[in-house]
Amino acid sequence: MAKNIYEKIWDAHLVHEEPGQDAILYIDRHFVHEVTSPQAFEGLRLTGRKVRRPELTFATMDHNIPTTDRSRPIDDPLSAQQVETLAQNCRDFGVRCFDMHDRRSGIVHIIGPELGITQPGQTIVCGDSHTSTHGAFGALAFGIGTSEVEHVLATQTLLQRRSQTMEIRVDGKLPVGVTAKDVILAIIGKIGTAGGTGYVIEYTGSVIRALSMEGRMTVCNMTIEAGARAGLISPDATTTAYLRGREFIPTDPSFEVLAAEWIRWASDAGCRYDRTLVLRGEDIEPQVTWGTSPGMVTTIRGRTPVLAELTDANERLAAERALGYMGLPEGTPMTEVAVNRIFIGSCTNARIEDLRDAAKVAKGHKVHSGIDEAIVVPGSQQVKLQAESEGLDRIFVEAGFEWRESGCSMCLAMNADKLEPGDRCAATSNRNFEGRQGKGGRTHLVSPAMAAAAAIRGRFTDVRDWTFK
Amino acid sequence: MEPFKRLRGIVAPLDSLNVDTDQIIPKQFLKRIERTGYENFLFFDWRYLDDGETPNPAFEMNAKRYQGVSILLARDNFGCGSSREHAPWALYDYGIRVVLAPSFADIFYNNCFNNGMLPVRLPADTIERLFKEVRAQDGYELTISLIDQQIVTPDGSVISFDIDPFLKERLLNGWDQIGLTLRHEPKISAYEKRGQAPFSRS
Repeated sequence: MAKNIYEKIWDAHLVHEEPGQDAILYIDRHFVHEVTSPQAFEGLRLTGRKVRRPELTFATMDHNIPTTDRSRPIDDPLSAQQVETLAQNCRDFGVRCFDMHDRRSGIVHIIGPELGITQPGQTIVCGDSHTSTHGAFGALAFGIGTSEVEHVLATQTLLQRRSQTMEIRVDGKLPVGVTAKDVILAIIGKIGTAGGTGYVIEYTGSVIRALSMEGRMTVCNMTIEAGARAGLISPDATTTAYLRGREFIPTDPSFEVLAAEWIRWASDAGCRYDRTLVLRGEDIEPQVTWGTSPGMVTTIRGRTPVLAELTDANERLAAERALGYMGLPEGTPMTEVAVNRIFIGSCTNARIEDLRDAAKVAKGHKVHSGIDEAIVVPGSQQVKLQAESEGLDRIFVEAGFEWRESGCSMCLAMNADKLEPGDRCAATSNRNFEGRQGKGGRTHLVSPAMAAAAAIRGRFTDVRDWTFK
Repeated sequence: MEPFKRLRGIVAPLDSLNVDTDQIIPKQFLKRIERTGYENFLFFDWRYLDDGETPNPAFEMNAKRYQGVSILLARDNFGCGSSREHAPWALYDYGIRVVLAPSFADIFYNNCFNNGMLPVRLPADTIERLFKEVRAQDGYELTISLIDQQIVTPDGSVISFDIDPFLKERLLNGWDQIGLTLRHEPKISAYEKRGQAPFSRS
């Protein structure tokens, strides 16, 4: 019988299943970061348990680390303690750790693929909701809580129940100036932030096929913002080409053998899904969020909602509250919204292609006088080095952006990078929740090109009309 | 883990859609390496004024009548966003054992069961009715029996709810998930020996 990719991966990883209970699923790759792991390692200590497969476990510090001078100690003692705790736990339990001085370090969801640790057909977990990113490779990847982190460390398995499957097919072609970020924001705008609850989503269609691996990662990354357990894309030639030669790709068997194995995970023709949703690429425009949830999104030519036009009472209340928090009147055109902070970074949009997109817009321009700070935070040290070798850092710096070290940074503002109350930020990250980037801060989610354009103009602007220099 | 069987307790309303885990506990409190002691950080940005100390009178849960709450009444998609287990830890440390909502985000829902907390999905109109009742009556309490899968309101009416039998069993017994899985350790070893998986190559 024809199977979809989720069914294939699920079936191949079943360790044990009995009626009326959660199945035990084998986990191939476990990523660990400093924020959601200390209590899990402590749990192992208290029960005298070991890490079952340390060689399948990969740790890095990304949330708390500074994006400024790394030769100095971390200022915040609590951040420093959390970073040191992970280092100590990795030493004690024999887990490989890429610390912030390692040239392979970076945001966990950027370095996994970059190093070739992430591969098609795997099950991948991490105590981090954006683990869905790795689904771009045709891996079943999702975020878990700290109790589950401990469970995976101790058993290399997870208790799971089978999800329903949803196909989201994006047919046709994307217009120029429309990116993977706009695709996923448009999808979330359509199905809502709970639209994917209970489902694993597979993205299909010509628009998805035409995306690079980096674009596919952006789409899968924000799948969690639609509430789904995971998002994946069947592996193809784009997938295997990306993985060739990466550090953790085995050399035996040959790459050709591996690549052929990987492709077999792809959904079979004629497979079934519990639900299918179809979008046309041609209909998608550059997106900007206006509210405090990623589903509160419109196009660059759109406006903030008019409350009287919202029919659902709870939705109207939520919109009213969001507009209040965001300090925006009803019916405001997005192109009239001025910003004072710019954040280009995060596991959603801080890979090399994202930085190239932003640099292309910024090149030869100057950051607007109304912008108090514009930072570019590469997703990993490798991305940083690559960007510097292409001269992107110089383009940003000449335009008036700050060029930083890698890390999660102002996506969630656990380190020193944060918004002040009342700041309004064009951000390439994934969440515009109240206070996400700093208490009282106002976040608008956009693509890297749109963020760069906002930095230059001081307000949101349609990047499709941009004059490139 | 503490078993959960039956509870009678004060109900507090949290009238907001899509309450994300950043609201349940903001990022600055995720730097601790302990598993307990999060009660003062729950709903921090909503609960306190800008000084971070004075209770915000506009935050409904701060009202005197809701002190000692153990049952939280919430709206759709409760617990969305970040996977942080600090969210159920903070709720638990504050005294909350049950959350009632029309729907929950997936990771938060799972995290509750690993902490002896019961998230209950109820139809939207039932939730609406409970919001009205709790606001209308000081000291409004519900009795929740996981064994019977029933909620009893002060006027004696009974609301039944569905729950997965395995999750119910785990909560009733306070089972440690790792212990449960390790009963099947030979199967994990056998799976690893089969090496059926090229994806398991390290």
